[in-house]
Amino acid sequence: MAGKPSVHTHAEPTSFWRRYIFSTDHKVIGIQYYLTAMGMALVGGALAMLIRLQLGWPDEKWPLLAKIFPRGMSGGVMNPDFYLALITMHGTLMIFFFVSLGLVSGFGNYLLPLQIGARDMAFPFLNMLSYWTVVPACVIMLASFFVEGGAAASGWTAYPPLSAVEQAVPGSGLGQTLWILGMALFIASFTMGGLNFVTTILNERTRGMSMMRLPLFIWTLLIASILGLLAFPPLTAAAILLLFDRHGGTSFFLPSGLYFGERVLPHSGGSPLLWQHLFWFLGHPEVYVLILPALGIALDLLPPFTRKPIFGYRLTVYSLFAIGVLSMIVWGHHMFVSGMNPYVGEFFAIGTLAITIPSAIIGFNLIASLWGARLQLRTPALFALGSIAFFGTGGLGGVFLGNATSDIQLHDTYFVVGHFHFMIGGVTLLAILGGTYYWFPKMFGRMMNERLGKIHFWLTFIAFYAVFLTQHFLGFGGMPRRYYAFSKFEFLAPIRDMNAFISVAAFVLGAAQLLFLFNFFWSLFRGARAEQNPWRAATLEWVAPTPPPHGNWGETVPEVHRWPYDYSVPGAPEDFTPQTVPPTVVEVTR
Amino acid sequence: MSRTSKDLSIESVWRGGVSPFAVSWRKLMLWLFIITDGLLFAGLLAGYGFVRLASPQWPNRAEIFHLDFIALMTFILITSSATMATAVGAARQGRVQTAFRFVLLTILGGLGFLSCQAYEWSKLISEGARLSSNPWGVPLFSAAFFIITGFHGSHVLTGVIVLSVVAWRALRQRVSPEGVELAGLYWHFVDLVWVFIFTLFYLI
Repeated sequence: MAGKPSVHTHAEPTSFWRRYIFSTDHKVIGIQYYLTAMGMALVGGALAMLIRLQLGWPDEKWPLLAKIFPRGMSGGVMNPDFYLALITMHGTLMIFFFVSLGLVSGFGNYLLPLQIGARDMAFPFLNMLSYWTVVPACVIMLASFFVEGGAAASGWTAYPPLSAVEQAVPGSGLGQTLWILGMALFIASFTMGGLNFVTTILNERTRGMSMMRLPLFIWTLLIASILGLLAFPPLTAAAILLLFDRHGGTSFFLPSGLYFGERVLPHSGGSPLLWQHLFWFLGHPEVYVLILPALGIALDLLPPFTRKPIFGYRLTVYSLFAIGVLSMIVWGHHMFVSGMNPYVGEFFAIGTLAITIPSAIIGFNLIASLWGARLQLRTPALFALGSIAFFGTGGLGGVFLGNATSDIQLHDTYFVVGHFHFMIGGVTLLAILGGTYYWFPKMFGRMMNERLGKIHFWLTFIAFYAVFLTQHFLGFGGMPRRYYAFSKFEFLAPIRDMNAFISVAAFVLGAAQLLFLFNFFWSLFRGARAEQNPWRAATLEWVAPTPPPHGNWGETVPEVHRWPYDYSVPGAPEDFTPQTVPPTVVEVTR
Repeated sequence: MSRTSKDLSIESVWRGGVSPFAVSWRKLMLWLFIITDGLLFAGLLAGYGFVRLASPQWPNRAEIFHLDFIALMTFILITSSATMATAVGAARQGRVQTAFRFVLLTILGGLGFLSCQAYEWSKLISEGARLSSNPWGVPLFSAAFFIITGFHGSHVLTGVIVLSVVAWRALRQRVSPEGVELAGLYWHFVDLVWVFIFTLFYLI
């Protein structure tokens, strides 16, 4: 006998604090997460601009910046340590604090109960706790810029010995400790969120909302949450061991014979490879934690603008599962040059290339969804199409990198940088932006400006290609990543100047986001009032009032009778049939 | 006939509006948490395995630990799992008084285990074992020992605290059978982890 899901009857809080700050309402928490993520994206983006300024014109002096960063840019010239801190924090902030928080925690929290017909998450208090755990994590990460030695400088992967030996570089001191602390809080928060997501999706679906009637975004959220729950604990274990290496005198990640200055360090017996294994056991699933919800948004944004069902729903779900399983056993493809038995490398390469099959199925399903469409090129549709383009471009690069033979050439070059920016930077960025244009009317009751949105899309799309496709060619030329200048390298002389072009394109990309920022706040107060279902979409969240009240559904929770993609059903009164329409009115297709 | 009805029941269990595994969200969430927490220990044990395999030699545990004493610790912990199971059974039948008594016994077992661990730690420390070094040659041996058993010990301590809350609530007749069961789930998990640590660290 199946148990009934518990009924949530929390009274609506009346005080300002309980309503907007320490709220347990998933919609408020979702928006809090979203805004936090966007704030972190602004910081991460500003760091990227500084990185590009340095790479574009490494010999110039910037006296103005010397005033803002007296230590990092003393005399107007960027300090190499400062450059390392910039790339480390850019990666950390963007991956964990922008995309993870924005996509999974932000959109996830806001949409999950609305799209499955629940009143709230399974455990609203834990939800609030997870948000208020990530706030100190953000503060600690940002504060690490201002401590002695500056922020962590060992890359977002925190490879030892840079991250384990406190005196290695200035950022290896207090900055690295704060980095580990911030990540620990982030992981705790993300684990709480993941527990809530999986439990809610499995247990709190409304009547009629079978698993095969879930919107694909919810499927991607489910698999991303499961991956997060499985992959983050080993990283936590690694972080604990790293803390002991740093402060307890152990040497899990440090071999004997390490020199610092004139002195041999007392460590012995450990191996930096252990960190790489534990880190990438998280790190690789983590990229799917980021990209799967982005693909979910792209998949869900298409049907309202093509006015037809998504193509290959079932196969997409199976492919998502396949990606989830395979992603747990391919972490070694990040370590082809770290020293690995070639047979093991072969295993990881085959596993990685196997992932291209389900990924290609999803990609083709996205493209096939356009077949015979009555395409309406509104802003969200543009962003969804753009993310398909990025997914294709980045995916092709992935085939080169997944193969050990070509990866040994391309490893640690700008080819890698270009590739992962398309995948976990581009697909996700366009999904977050497209999702914002699409769900803004639901969240805030107003429409965003369409004309600004389209300009924003084209600037972002073209500038993104200009930056990151060009970086692929730099990688072919052998330009290594993480170097703060290339002036001294003879063999890079023919391609060095392309960096200036990339930097200009990156500034356009950055400036285009200011357009979005303006549009967001302007529309918040001045945008046209939104109807309840402005996109004429069939998913459940558009059945709720706009903006949805506390408890989402008023007196009764809606019952679902069909899948979320009933567009242009023959004989239906309208070209979309919401999930709540009973079979007596419109025939159920599935 | 039977096959179709089974298919139908699978359909109906996942159709929405019901919990597919017939469990409350609390229990489902705790199971998921146990999986993630188990992976945390898996990460630590895998790290330990990695450094041990990379090390040319490894100290002989039988010379360092009194395995009889460790076996006694293990016995105490496993016994406490049995008393916990009895408490859960009693709580299900509504015998709150019995449940309370057996939760108390479980707490006693947990405290007994922790005292044994404290004794073992202080003995090793007095013999010169530190995080960064030890008298038996391989520094990472004592590092792995303190971190893994310390981490497990902190889990036992958490379990004792949770059980104390359960006992206090049982005393005031405010405990639900599920509350006792959930605490029990966590307790069994912590015991199971110890079985792995006992095997992988002390025995092989």
